Amino acid sequence: MLRGLLRHNETYLVLLILALCAGITLANPAFLTFENVAGFLKSCSMVGIMAVGALFVLVLAGSPDVSFTAIAQVVEYAIAIATLRWGGNIYVAILAAASMGVLMGLVNGVIIHSFRVPTIIVTIATFNIYFGMLYVITAGKLINVVHPMFREFGHALLFPQTSKIGGTYGLSLMPLVWLAVVVVAWFILRRTFLGRSVFAIGGNEIAAERMGVNTLRTRLFVFGFVGLLSGVAAVVHLSIVQSVVPNIIVGKELEVIAAVVLGGASVFGGKGTLTGTVLGVLLFAILNNGLTLLDFSSYWYNVAIGVVITVAITNSAYQQLRREKARVHVKVEAR
Amino acid sequence: MTEEFLRLERIHKSFVGVQALKGVDFTLRQGEIHCLVGENGSGKSTLIKIISGVLQPDSGQITVEGQRVDRLGSAATTARGIQVIYQDLSLFPNLTVAENIALSAVKERGSGMVNWREVRSIARAAMDRIQVDLDLDAEVGELPIGRQQMVAICRSLTRDLKLLILDEPTASLPRHDIDSLLAVVRDLKAHGIAVLFVSHKLNEVFAVAERITILRDGERVATLPPGELDDDKLVSLMTGRTLNRQRFSFSDAGARKVLEVRGLSRRNSFEDVSFDLRAGEIVALTGLIGSGRTELALALFGISPAERGEVRVDGSPVRIASVQDAVAAGIAYVPENRLVQGLVMKLSVTENLSAAVLDRLRGRFGLVDPARKEAMAVEWIQALDIKVSDPAVAVQTLSGGNQQRVVIAKWLAAGPKVLILDGPTVGVDVMAKGAIHSFVRDLALRGMAVLLITDEVPEAVSNASRILIMHAGRIREEIATAGAQVEQVQRLVEARA
Repeated sequence: MLRGLLRHNETYLVLLILALCAGITLANPAFLTFENVAGFLKSCSMVGIMAVGALFVLVLAGSPDVSFTAIAQVVEYAIAIATLRWGGNIYVAILAAASMGVLMGLVNGVIIHSFRVPTIIVTIATFNIYFGMLYVITAGKLINVVHPMFREFGHALLFPQTSKIGGTYGLSLMPLVWLAVVVVAWFILRRTFLGRSVFAIGGNEIAAERMGVNTLRTRLFVFGFVGLLSGVAAVVHLSIVQSVVPNIIVGKELEVIAAVVLGGASVFGGKGTLTGTVLGVLLFAILNNGLTLLDFSSYWYNVAIGVVITVAITNSAYQQLRREKARVHVKVEAR
Repeated sequence: MTEEFLRLERIHKSFVGVQALKGVDFTLRQGEIHCLVGENGSGKSTLIKIISGVLQPDSGQITVEGQRVDRLGSAATTARGIQVIYQDLSLFPNLTVAENIALSAVKERGSGMVNWREVRSIARAAMDRIQVDLDLDAEVGELPIGRQQMVAICRSLTRDLKLLILDEPTASLPRHDIDSLLAVVRDLKAHGIAVLFVSHKLNEVFAVAERITILRDGERVATLPPGELDDDKLVSLMTGRTLNRQRFSFSDAGARKVLEVRGLSRRNSFEDVSFDLRAGEIVALTGLIGSGRTELALALFGISPAERGEVRVDGSPVRIASVQDAVAAGIAYVPENRLVQGLVMKLSVTENLSAAVLDRLRGRFGLVDPARKEAMAVEWIQALDIKVSDPAVAVQTLSGGNQQRVVIAKWLAAGPKVLILDGPTVGVDVMAKGAIHSFVRDLALRGMAVLLITDEVPEAVSNASRILIMHAGRIREEIATAGAQVEQVQRLVEARA
């Protein structure tokens, strides 16, 4: 039992998170309060939703998608404008955002499948196209007033409480959207053949093809799904901040990918878990929140993330190397 | 007589200008263990791809269980109970044993859902059929290669299986894994499942095969029971030559001396070594481990230079204090197995031929001149009569024999005067050995002076004109191989120990 647990990356993450929580709480007891925890859960839900998409791509391709923040940024802007003009409700907004995201994600999928270009290269390109077009069309104008539905959605609270200084706090719906995304993703990855195909292609694409897996469909699904999650993340973000700064989401992509890799997803493809991904996101959120509570400059957060990424990636690469050495190499005869 | 499972008649298949199969007939009985052998490029891969439905023949007729089949698509062959395990096994290293075994069966069921209890029971049932026991939760990438192969076999058993094709199944297996593989194969036969081995490592396969089909240059040469075959006959059927048993002879005593070694010494390694090597000659250097033979070779190549003595190349004295010195003097050293692995299959004939001599093909600004590169390739293609439509085609599209000529041309173009081969056939099977020997002789025939370091006396006797036997750092015996008996030379090598 214990040995089984020790083999899992997640165990170490949980231990690390517990240690971190204990340390921060000792230094500042305000950390472990319902108000604070609910607060940072809300603030990391956008990253958490995007991380699920990033996990799918890493498992499938072993090469990250970096365009999802640009997709979210474009969708956020478009949805803010569209709801101001045509109204509607939050469900329609989410549906429209998701559809728009799917389309933009599919573009990645089609290019990557047709030309067999590494995911990171294609998505760097589409990132620039999407983000560049956004600036060309909007001239980088901020949107300060958004439709009130986002405020309603973003401020809705479960278990509302009144704080000492008179404000109200409670569990936001945003982490629940994140939770719903995780549950759906878990079902797909674990219980459907489509989900297993993602792992199969990530492990050995030729073998997957020989088995009759439809690699085009699987790839389109993954990149479409990443787009969908970017759309949902955009609505979540819009509901939290209730304004649009057209470069606020872009730049987050590396942090998201780092959280996924920290959660045990292999940068060589074929491996990764949702539990690990959620834990990776939480670890970063706690780190961020803790550093703030302890009055460190926010730049220390960047340093801390950098260190954690380096350790996580070198460890992942080292494990791979060790396995390759252990494995007997099969010489494949040409033709 | 058991019934026929598969019949192929007059199968033709060609790829861009190359005729891979020229009217092959082939039959396989139900529950038969059959072995398909042939050199690289003989068409055996093409044949199994046609049987497995990956490729369609250009013409010919396929009959499965008495039914004429017009098209064997991949899915259709699986439905007919034919499965292939490729050399790379096509497993998912990141998934568990259970999932690797059961996934294709789960897919076939078509609900699109995965029930993990069912996955385990499918895997368990497959393992029970051939009595293997693997940890269902182990990650396949962590297993040794022999166990991975068992996973692949179990996977094929999750479907209705009548013919299992194993492509080079023993190529990378250690001895005891080969034994358990063969036990499983016998077990499959007991279940009425036919097994088609594709192999060129033959000794093991002889033990279980009922019939052996030999392909050469896209044609079926023979189908025989193993009792009617021995190594010699097999080699001659596969290659169309009996080169292996013919001794190398070198009679040109007047040829120029390419390498002259005089009184070469290095403390604790070798002492006062002197010998000559003429153009076109193969001289074997043998002796037990620790006799100093490898140290001598390393000294000639400048890795651990000699301390005293003289080396002359083409009559002029050279000082070999480093590898660079040796290369500049025209001495090449090739360690185990590297001799014929010198082609980049996906690159063109031109690229391969010029790879080692690019610095001699410089044009303006010190850049490689494409015209000179092209001219050089054309020159060698003509000189060695390499059959290729265009020097720009990838080497992998050439037949095995022509590929070999490209390697020979590459070595000749690089132009070392002396080629030192250290154990060129260590660990290779009888077929590849023959190919390497003919390759070395071919080089010598074209004027290369070869020093062949080997542990195997028979190899030395049949491939060299002289044998130098080293013992305790000195050359103790020099034997002309003409008329020498292997046993007698063997005794000399051991007597000195």
